[in-house]
Amino acid sequence: MHPVRKQRLYLVLFIALFSSIAIGLVVYALRGNINLFYPPADVAAGMAPVGQPIRVGGMVLEDSLQRSADSLAIRFKLTDYQESVAVVYEGILPDLFAEGQGAVASGVLNDEGVLEASEILAKHDENYMPPEVTHALESSGYDEKGKAR
Amino acid sequence: MIPEIGHFALILALCLALILASVPAWGAWRGNSVAMSLAPGLAVGLLVFVGISFACLATAFLQDDFSVKLVASHSNTLLPPMYKFSAVWGNHEGSLVLWALILSMWTAAVALFSSQLPLLVLSRVLSVMGAIAVGFLSFSLVTSNPFARLLPGAPADGSDLNPLLQDPGLIIHPPLLYMGYVGFSVAFAFAIAALLGGRLDASWARWSRPWTNTAWAFLTLGIMLGSWWAYYELGWGGWWFWDPVENASFMPWLAGTALVHSLAATEKRGLFKSWTVLLAIFAFSLSLLGTFLVRSGVLTSVHAFAVDPERGMFILVFLALVVGGSLTLYALRAPAVSSRVTFDWVSRESLLLCNNVVFLVAALTVLFGTMFPLIVDALGMGKVSVGPPYFNAVFVPLMALLVPVMGLGPVSRWKRDAAGRWRSELMVPTLVALFCGVTLPLLQAPYNIWVALAVLLSAWLLLGLVKDFWQRLRSASSLPGGLRRLTPGYLGMVIAHLGFAACIIGIVATSQYSVEHDLKMDPGDARELAGYEFRFIEVVQVRGPNFVADEARFEVTRDGRAVASMTPQKRRYLASGSVMTEAAIDAGLFRDLYVAMGEPVGEEGAWAMRLHYKPMVRWMWLGAILMAAGAFTAAADKRYRRQRMPAAAGNKVALHGA
Repeated sequence: MHPVRKQRLYLVLFIALFSSIAIGLVVYALRGNINLFYPPADVAAGMAPVGQPIRVGGMVLEDSLQRSADSLAIRFKLTDYQESVAVVYEGILPDLFAEGQGAVASGVLNDEGVLEASEILAKHDENYMPPEVTHALESSGYDEKGKAR
Repeated sequence: MIPEIGHFALILALCLALILASVPAWGAWRGNSVAMSLAPGLAVGLLVFVGISFACLATAFLQDDFSVKLVASHSNTLLPPMYKFSAVWGNHEGSLVLWALILSMWTAAVALFSSQLPLLVLSRVLSVMGAIAVGFLSFSLVTSNPFARLLPGAPADGSDLNPLLQDPGLIIHPPLLYMGYVGFSVAFAFAIAALLGGRLDASWARWSRPWTNTAWAFLTLGIMLGSWWAYYELGWGGWWFWDPVENASFMPWLAGTALVHSLAATEKRGLFKSWTVLLAIFAFSLSLLGTFLVRSGVLTSVHAFAVDPERGMFILVFLALVVGGSLTLYALRAPAVSSRVTFDWVSRESLLLCNNVVFLVAALTVLFGTMFPLIVDALGMGKVSVGPPYFNAVFVPLMALLVPVMGLGPVSRWKRDAAGRWRSELMVPTLVALFCGVTLPLLQAPYNIWVALAVLLSAWLLLGLVKDFWQRLRSASSLPGGLRRLTPGYLGMVIAHLGFAACIIGIVATSQYSVEHDLKMDPGDARELAGYEFRFIEVVQVRGPNFVADEARFEVTRDGRAVASMTPQKRRYLASGSVMTEAAIDAGLFRDLYVAMGEPVGEEGAWAMRLHYKPMVRWMWLGAILMAAGAFTAAADKRYRRQRMPAAAGNKVALHGA
């Protein structure tokens, strides 16, 4: 074979091998690491899987926030004004987390239907609403103040 | 009045950009040297008018002209002047003006510092940059006019800049990042000019290299500042989140890194020519994609398109034109520029090829992870998010594959090398690196296998460089003579690779050895963390220029000796009422202590507190600074500015030939 062609052949083989390794890695990494978003109504309807990482977003229900007396454990409810989901979390909340504001919790749903959150995301400026929350509210037919549209 | 002048200057700049994009390109096509020689003047004129426009916008911000809509919604009378100025680019419209300003700065720089470039090439390059400027200036004017007025009904005060952006790091982070993003437009323009001319040779790579290195250095610094800002400003001690916005800046960096290395092969050996051109197109396309992803609001939601369909459509069309147009040109012209140079498998060329494959695959996997949620959402298949575990699982093994090859690079030879020579050269460094990798992690119990691997890899990099450096010095007659013989290009490579080694150590040591505690503390409480005792004294009220804050006082001691007194704050900004955490950091080369306030808990003045001990976290940013310094050093190589005479002669030939 012509040396230039031979070199090209090796080159192509090398790139093919390498990219298949990369694709394998990508598929492997994607399998465990994408988490789907569920609005509270879907969680209440039992459409969310138990024991898998998911995200749930909605408005933090007024007067639902409870703190533990001796640790940073908290419990609150996320709602789309149709249904709500109880969330437990231990740690420091983001600055803009408050009752009556939008938030997204990512974690694992347990057997009692309570979301054990490992991360809480709130909006990062006054005018911004997590897009998932907007979406959840749109599909529930309520606005962010809880009034029916 | 001033905003109108700014608006008018922006329109004039667009007109100049239109002329720059068309007339010199026509001249280059027709061989009309008068039309071609207009290019440098037009480029400088473009800079002048965009500069006037930017200055007018900055004046509106500094003078609190709240009749301008942009100022009213992003500034406030209480804002310190420094942040009023940086508020210019703390929003969509203003950041586009900054983009245009930096693009015109690069264009003017190419026009002014390229006297050795043949006029034919120069006019093509400037025309391409003018065309990009047309895209951005019309995007700014048509869909996001920064000078829109709120008349009548100007508010008495503005609604303030997002407090997260009120930070010195954020004053310089966007300009540096944009210097990098936009800098790749120069490499892109050179690539397109070469395709148009059908001539791709070593001199093309030599012209393109210093610009590419400089842009890459700025991008490195910009990303590093962003990471540093996230670390001290977001208040939870993270420094990289694989957030889509970060990825948007990281993808061009990865493609740019591949480009910097393949340009080396193209210049020295005339290899990978069409590949290098393709990489230049990729790097700039990813920069454009990044800018638009961040600035259009596509990232936070695909529905942002529906919110402002005009902006979204403009973005799509412009991206399609740039990427589609340049790839079509590439498909038509690339076969004409392919090379017939061969190289042995054991050679520096194949090592550089490995580098390119690794970086390109890394860029593509990041691109995939960033776009995947958007694609799934657009197809209506639900809302997914791809988190850091995906990126870590893909990225870390790729980088671990890279380093063994990277250590071989400096000692390897072009064209043909011998595996036996590599073995004898690197036997001692390998053994020492193995020894370091096994023993150094013993200093910190329990033994950490990842740190061992990181030490092994970076020691291998470091020792390979030292060995090569030493050999170059030893072969010279005297030490100063040997040092003088080292070219800036070589020194730059050594510095940048050392920076990479420092980065690896910093990233792995911080990830593995960090100690993080979130806990409830009463005033008077003390907690021990990694040998340091954090004593929470009290919380006091303090007042800043535009905020009030609860400030916690901490005394940190180690073995009874005072180490630092730290004062994290919880601020409430007066204009917007938004609350923000200001972390306190005691920085050191080998460890950072980090304290941030959560929220008040309970009735007796207790607070949720975040205490972190972060070993060697600075190494990562120092490494990035070293990489940038290396790239600047390499770009300063005199080699790129010599050959003025032959080039000037070639200039005439090119003109006659055209």
